[in-house]
Amino acid sequence: MSPILFYFFAALSLIFGIAVIANRNPVASALSLVVSFLGLAALFVGLDAYFIAVIQVLVYAGAVMVLFLFIIMLLDLKAEERRKINLFAYVGGGIVTAGFVVELWFVLQKFDLGKTGFPPLAAKGVDDVRNVGNVLFLTHNLPFQVIGILILVATIGVVVLSKRELK
Amino acid sequence: MSLTLNHYLFVSGLLFAIGFAGVILRRNIIIIFMSLELMLNAANLSLVAFSRFNLTADGLPNYNAQILVFFIITVAAAEVAVGLAIIVALFRARHTVHVEDITSLKF
Repeated sequence: MSPILFYFFAALSLIFGIAVIANRNPVASALSLVVSFLGLAALFVGLDAYFIAVIQVLVYAGAVMVLFLFIIMLLDLKAEERRKINLFAYVGGGIVTAGFVVELWFVLQKFDLGKTGFPPLAAKGVDDVRNVGNVLFLTHNLPFQVIGILILVATIGVVVLSKRELK
Repeated sequence: MSLTLNHYLFVSGLLFAIGFAGVILRRNIIIIFMSLELMLNAANLSLVAFSRFNLTADGLPNYNAQILVFFIITVAAAEVAVGLAIIVALFRARHTVHVEDITSLKF
C-alpha cells in the first residue's frame, strides 16, 4: 500500500472516529462510524486481507450500523441537550486517554521489530478467500460451530428480550 | 519512507484511545456502545497488521490472526444485537438513554 493511501485512510478513520464521540446527534455519530469503518476496511485491503475487508464492509458498515440507525430511529432520540458537565469525569477521562497515547508512543519507540517494513508476499495476488476458508474449516472447525451456536443463542435472547411482557 | 508495522499499530492504538475516551466522556448509552465497537475494530486492525507482518514459511499471511478477526466480528455482531435489545428494554422501562438517569444500582 502506498504511504499516501495509508495516511489518507488512517486519517479518515481517525477523524470520523473523533466525530463519533464529538457529535451531539446520535444519527450523525452513527453515520460517522460507518465512514470510520470504511476507512478501516481500506486499510485491511492495503494489508492484503481482502476477505476481512469485505466482511468488515458487509457486517459492520452494513448490518451492524443499520441495526444502530434502526434503534436510534425507533427510540426517536433527539440531539442531546446540554447538561451540566461532570468535570471530574472529563478531566479523569482526558488524563487516562492522554496517558494511554503517550505510553503507546514510548512503547512503539522501543519496539524495534516493528520499525522494519512488511516482507513481500510469495505470490503477487494471494487467493485470499480460499486460504481463509481452508484455515477456518480445517484448523478451526470446532470454534466455527461454537460461534454458530452462540449466534443462535443471541437470536433467541433478542427475541425474548424484545417481548413486551417479560415473564 | 516506507510503511512499517509501527504505523499500523499506532493508528490502531489511537483508534482504541478514541473509543476509550468515548466510553468515559459520553453519557448517551448508544454512543457508548458505538465507542465499544470502535475499540473492537482497533484491535482488529493490529491483528491484521501482525498477520501481514508475520508471514508463514511459504510466504503467505498468517491466517490464524485473520480467523481470530473473523470470530471477533461475528461475536461483535451478536453482541450488538443483544446489547441493542437490552437498550430498547431499558428505554421502555425508564424512557431515557442517559446513563446518569439510570441510578438504581448506585450506592
